Amino acid sequence: MSVVDIKDLQVTFATDAGSVAAVKDVSLQVQAGEVLAIVGESGSGKTVTARSILGLLPETARVRGAVVLSSKDGTDEHDVVPLRGSQLREVRGQDAAMVFQEPSTSLNPVYPVGWQIAEGLRAHGKLSKKEARVKAIDVLRRVGIPDPEERVDHYPHQFSGGQKQRIVIAQALVLDPGVIIADEPTTALDVTVQAEILDLLRRCRDEFGAAIVLITHNMGVVADLADRVAVMYQGRIVEQADVRTLFSAPQDDYTKQLLGAVPRLGQGVARTRERAAGRKAGWAEATPVVEARDLRIVYPGRLRQPDFVAVDGVSFAIRPGEVLGLVGESGSGKTTIGRAIAGLTKVGGGSLQVLGTEMNGMKERTFRPVRERIGFVFQDPASSFNPLLTIAEAVAEPLVVHKRAKDPAAARARVDELLEAVQLPKAFGDRFPHELSGGQRQRASLARGLALEPELLIADEPTSALDVSVQARVLELFDELQRELGFAALFISHDLAVVDLLADRIAVLYRGRLVEEGTGAEVLGAPKHPYTQRLLASLPVPDPDEQATRRTQLQALRDAD
Amino acid sequence: MATAVTTPEQAGRRRSWRRLPVVHQLRQSVGLQRGMLIAGLVLMGVFVLTAVFAPLLAPYEYGQLRDAEGTFGAQQSPSAEHWLGTTVGGYDVLSRVIWGSRTALYVIVIAVLLSIVLGVLLGLVSGYFGGWLDRVLVVIADAVYAFPTLLLAIVVAIVISGGQSRLWGGIFAAAISITVVFIPQYFRVVRAETVRIKAEAFVESAKVIGASNRRIMTRHVLRNATRTLPLILTLNASEAILTLAGLGFLGFGIQPTAAAEWGYDLNRSLSDVSSGIWWTSVFPGAAIVLTVLGLTLVGESLNDLADPRLRTRRRAADVPEDEVEDAPAGTPEVSAVPGGTLSGPDGVGAPHTGGTRA
Repeated sequence: MSVVDIKDLQVTFATDAGSVAAVKDVSLQVQAGEVLAIVGESGSGKTVTARSILGLLPETARVRGAVVLSSKDGTDEHDVVPLRGSQLREVRGQDAAMVFQEPSTSLNPVYPVGWQIAEGLRAHGKLSKKEARVKAIDVLRRVGIPDPEERVDHYPHQFSGGQKQRIVIAQALVLDPGVIIADEPTTALDVTVQAEILDLLRRCRDEFGAAIVLITHNMGVVADLADRVAVMYQGRIVEQADVRTLFSAPQDDYTKQLLGAVPRLGQGVARTRERAAGRKAGWAEATPVVEARDLRIVYPGRLRQPDFVAVDGVSFAIRPGEVLGLVGESGSGKTTIGRAIAGLTKVGGGSLQVLGTEMNGMKERTFRPVRERIGFVFQDPASSFNPLLTIAEAVAEPLVVHKRAKDPAAARARVDELLEAVQLPKAFGDRFPHELSGGQRQRASLARGLALEPELLIADEPTSALDVSVQARVLELFDELQRELGFAALFISHDLAVVDLLADRIAVLYRGRLVEEGTGAEVLGAPKHPYTQRLLASLPVPDPDEQATRRTQLQALRDAD
Repeated sequence: MATAVTTPEQAGRRRSWRRLPVVHQLRQSVGLQRGMLIAGLVLMGVFVLTAVFAPLLAPYEYGQLRDAEGTFGAQQSPSAEHWLGTTVGGYDVLSRVIWGSRTALYVIVIAVLLSIVLGVLLGLVSGYFGGWLDRVLVVIADAVYAFPTLLLAIVVAIVISGGQSRLWGGIFAAAISITVVFIPQYFRVVRAETVRIKAEAFVESAKVIGASNRRIMTRHVLRNATRTLPLILTLNASEAILTLAGLGFLGFGIQPTAAAEWGYDLNRSLSDVSSGIWWTSVFPGAAIVLTVLGLTLVGESLNDLADPRLRTRRRAADVPEDEVEDAPAGTPEVSAVPGGTLSGPDGVGAPHTGGTRA
């Protein structure tokens, strides 16, 4: 029996640039009790397709086709497309519910979570306050919130990110809907928490019998959870298959490329060994470009709140021409370390030597000449360029600031060289940042970082905002340039597989402390610290069978704790 | 080398007139919003043209009481010689309404220029550096906000002109009093924008490069922070006119021999209203209302159009599938092409680059 039946769906948006078709002729069915994953890159129409199931599209959208939603017991059927107002509300929550990407913004901060869960019950049934509360407590217990009797009256800020996502899922489950639409439910979460939420979603299917439409761009998550997969590309479904078939024998070219671009653990080991063999004798004794000893960085607290120690007692070194990968979850202090090296954050204690300058108690005036020798690539390609400058002007900026060129026009020859080095055509120099895609912008960002031929490049999650296939290109480019120019680099990422690809050595941060450091083979092959082990086991791999074994391993690790 | 010289120019032209603040919004608008904007622009255009060509349009001087055939006479009803009649002082109403637009324009230009320059400068410095200077400036701005505009204007008018109401004395009195009140508005908007932009990655990137504070402020922050200014500018211009008229109406304006001023004329026509003489008050009053209406309409529609949530768009057309752009949300999403990104729809031989150059 199918709970959702989408027939010839076509969605067109009115934008400033005219009509844009986001979804074209999509037909899709979701069977009761199955997990259907819709995968695709940003702009492929996966979210729009899923939102049309709940009629959650903005007013500028024009929808054609049919989205037939059946209730869980199969007694009732609705075509959602023509529904308006109260009829639509009737269907929402009851037949289909939604789990959003960002748990911290999808809960209302001024109401207790119990109230928010009961809101759905009050909207659909005539339950008394007491009965609604009992149900809310019950569903909280079932999604794994400890002490639900007490915590039902707590406010969203009193829960962690993972717990908030559990509450959002509880909110979706409380009316016992036939299908739950989960729009990137784990993207905002850390890997270890992601594994727990994926477990919970699996239980939603097994215990509550709900079908799940999972929207994601992460092939590891797909391999972990999905029963069936639909691949979307430019508004069309290019392939639909059983999860095992899709991963073992993809039919469409696009699917093949998508799977090929996913970084896998262990790919970098051979490369690291080759690089290590190529080093000159005495390299290990060379003066490090960056050397941290018992580095401590503190964010001062406000209004009687204690100071927040972001980095505590971290020691590491980056030697010339070496790539150090810094891995950790959000809040582990990895970005703070990168910013401290670039002089954007003050060092609180210990010692941090950058290119021979002590950063503890550094004065901006004395550090300015050193900046010439450091390049920085930012995480978000959307905001790291001044929207009013052309790409050529932005790339020329470091050259002008350090008086290598009089003005952007005089630096143009060098800028063209740089753009060529990052494989962007010269003509792109005359474009404005918004006219470039994310990947192109990140390459321009790399060109800007390398403009002064720095000895050290700090890359702060340079690919985390990019789609997988674009990420693969940018990483490859980074690798090529690093080999060619030989700069030392600090590569910050939350993705172990990405760091493994590029880094000579990997350092793992956990709550501001460095828990493990070594080559890729050491850290990923035989992790010693329990946190690294857990991190590694939580990382879903894009292979359903291997992922199933890893899942049991992770379970064993958790039980051992 | 030749290409390197010509290409930036072409890129500049591509943004040329279509990207200008008001023109861009006009092209973007539809329906009622477009009607409002056009009505406002027409009213504004009439106002500015009248002010510029006042000597050609007005049949008499603003202070003229007589011509070759003798005095005009007071409170004459509209006739062939005096289309809109004459005032209680014996001036020609039409001429004074037309000349009055000139005074209003002077005040708007001076007031807006002064307050923009000071407000933007203070806002930029305050927002970028923060600290105690920022706090002090914010407190002062808030204090000025709470002060009644007209009272302040009266005080300034007396201080500047000392009771003597000459043309420039009166204009500066109105303009400066308005400036004092408007600076906090520009200050706050620019400061808020600066604080937001300061945290953006491109400013940090400039810092990492080693750019000086001055360079960051002028090159990266300033131009990005001034986006909402055209909007406050139009709204403030209308407020400037109202303050000038208010001053004139209360008797702190410009003497009729120094310049024509709508508020003064309204003040003088007060007693006419009860005696059935309507032309002395209706026309200057209408001039104020229409000018303010025009400016407000432009300001309000710019405000609505600047916000994507308030902006109305044409309904999505049912385009045959092949004609619809492939990339959603208008961004040429080359990233959607796996493998080689350069072969994407926006690659080297991109259609839209070629199109605009042709």
